[in-house]
Amino acid sequence: MKIAVCIKQVPDTANVKLDPETHTLKREGVESIVNPFDLFALEAALRIKEAAGGEIVAITMGPPQAETVIKDAIGFGVDEGLLLSDRAFAGADTWATTAALAKAIMGLGDVDLVICGKQAVDGDTAQVGPGIAQRLGLPHVAFVKGFREIDNKRLVVERQMDDGYDVVELPLPALITVVREVGEPRPPSLKGKMRAKKYTVPMQGAADLGLDASQVGLAGSFTQVVKVFAPSHSGERRRLEGSEDEMGAQVIDALVDNQVIMLGS
Amino acid sequence: MDYFFTEEQEMIRDLCRQIAEERIKPVRAELDEKEEFPREIMKALAQADLFQIIIPEEYGGLGGGCLENCIAVEELSRACCGVSTSYAASFLGAYPMLLFGNEAQKEKYLPLIGSGEKLCAFALTESSSGSDAGSIQTEAKKDGDSYVLNGSKQWITNGGEAGVYTVIAITDRSKGARGATAFIVEADDPGFSIGKKEIKMGIRASATAELIFKDCRIPAERVLGKEGLGFVVAMRTFDKSRPGVGAQAVGVAQGALDEAAAFARVRKQFGKPIITFQAVAHMLADMAVDIEAGRALVYATARYIDSGAKDFSKVSAIAKVFPTDMAMRVTTNAVQVLGGHGYMREYPVEKMMRDAKILQIYEGTNQIQRNVIGQELNKEYGRKK
Repeated sequence: MKIAVCIKQVPDTANVKLDPETHTLKREGVESIVNPFDLFALEAALRIKEAAGGEIVAITMGPPQAETVIKDAIGFGVDEGLLLSDRAFAGADTWATTAALAKAIMGLGDVDLVICGKQAVDGDTAQVGPGIAQRLGLPHVAFVKGFREIDNKRLVVERQMDDGYDVVELPLPALITVVREVGEPRPPSLKGKMRAKKYTVPMQGAADLGLDASQVGLAGSFTQVVKVFAPSHSGERRRLEGSEDEMGAQVIDALVDNQVIMLGS
Repeated sequence: MDYFFTEEQEMIRDLCRQIAEERIKPVRAELDEKEEFPREIMKALAQADLFQIIIPEEYGGLGGGCLENCIAVEELSRACCGVSTSYAASFLGAYPMLLFGNEAQKEKYLPLIGSGEKLCAFALTESSSGSDAGSIQTEAKKDGDSYVLNGSKQWITNGGEAGVYTVIAITDRSKGARGATAFIVEADDPGFSIGKKEIKMGIRASATAELIFKDCRIPAERVLGKEGLGFVVAMRTFDKSRPGVGAQAVGVAQGALDEAAAFARVRKQFGKPIITFQAVAHMLADMAVDIEAGRALVYATARYIDSGAKDFSKVSAIAKVFPTDMAMRVTTNAVQVLGGHGYMREYPVEKMMRDAKILQIYEGTNQIQRNVIGQELNKEYGRKK
């Protein structure tokens, strides 16, 4: 089985402060780490490889120093890595990010499973995983907390919900995002770390991926962060029924009715 | 102080330190309280390839030596001796195979131990035979192409958790020092069972148990070396493993100094941090002196052994006896520096003091170590002109 894991280098948010003016993270002097949810993604990939065999490739989009997260991944036992780095990628929102990651995954060929962490602890959108699935036309399940069956054709997973969990079967190729419960990340191994020391991380830019500047980075972004705040929890819950298309339409209607989004140009 | 480690040695140290901080420290008090074997931590150590350290490369290992072993054990002991004992004891059990195993035995068992799939244990001590190892009663009788073992072993580290045991048993009492043989026993061999699990003063996370052999039948291929070499196997094994006990001592002592110095800086009496009082500062200073001396001794001895030295019984005993005696001093004084707090189980130093005591006792009591050193000195000075 060929598994691609998307990982991100983030500031160590346990120690970081929010700038009250710009509502962005004050990153100076803060150490960079592998996004904690991506450690769960790597662990999930390693367990699947142990169960079903195969190869794991770790991919990251970031500045040149992000190659350390790829080397960290090699240290955990991942087989190969890929750094997507280009000035043109800067300022990307999740849509522009998924443009690069999806192209990179396509470039690997024959990927059976893409695994992402639930969300990055700096952006907290949880959008990149589903966004990649959308671009690649892959079925996806988010918030996977465990695996019931794994074989080369399909997965049966447990999906974490607010009040329990669902058991979902999905055919491969597919994408999943994982939560903490998927497994305690193993430590790096000595053999892995020795390999990581000597490993040259392959790098690809926009041109290598066949993307032009308008598709990536700030230029390729539909959204811009204006304000970051923690919303208060509202009391109303509504359960929708019907086909996926019907339910999707109901969600859009609800968002429009509540003036959360506006339709139109 | 820089001990000029290679990149690989630094990697071992850093990885062990990371595991100690992230996985051992948070649970050590609970493991001690519940006397619970650290199964999850052993699994993490295996995933980290730390059981591969002294396994030769041709069996999938990292081909390291005594120094690499000592580095790993020291860092783990800084967090918890119960955990480091469980880890180090697997190497103690593996050394007889490394030193005396034939090709078939090495190919079968070393990869299992190196991957952490099976823990190993070493079984010599019996209820009537501690320091007097020659008086062991467990017997192994040859019967066709098997040996049948009868008897029991006492206080065996990793007893009940290990999958593979190296056992010393008498094959011919009339032959005295050449009357014992070392055997490999597997946990599911017929007639082998685990008896009493001990409740201990310290290293409570470590499993210490009685092994019972009742007509335990094993294939003759399980002999290590050959019949009659049993005590030689044991002695050569201890020569290799003793610096590791020294390393445990250096580690636990360092952990104790870390706690004591940090505490002394924040604890105020008479309006000042107690570290500013000479009585306390001198105690901490003596602890630092003791630890550095012990560390330098362990590393130097390990390097000497790794260089291919032939005769290292004396230096190996020295590298065990000094650090372990100093670890008892250091941990006791750490409790003293923390004063009333040090006595409370809420603080980690009383556990370190309880843990350190065994280091003066197992793998040859410090009295036996002094016997060994004395005998070697006698030989040495007898040779000098």
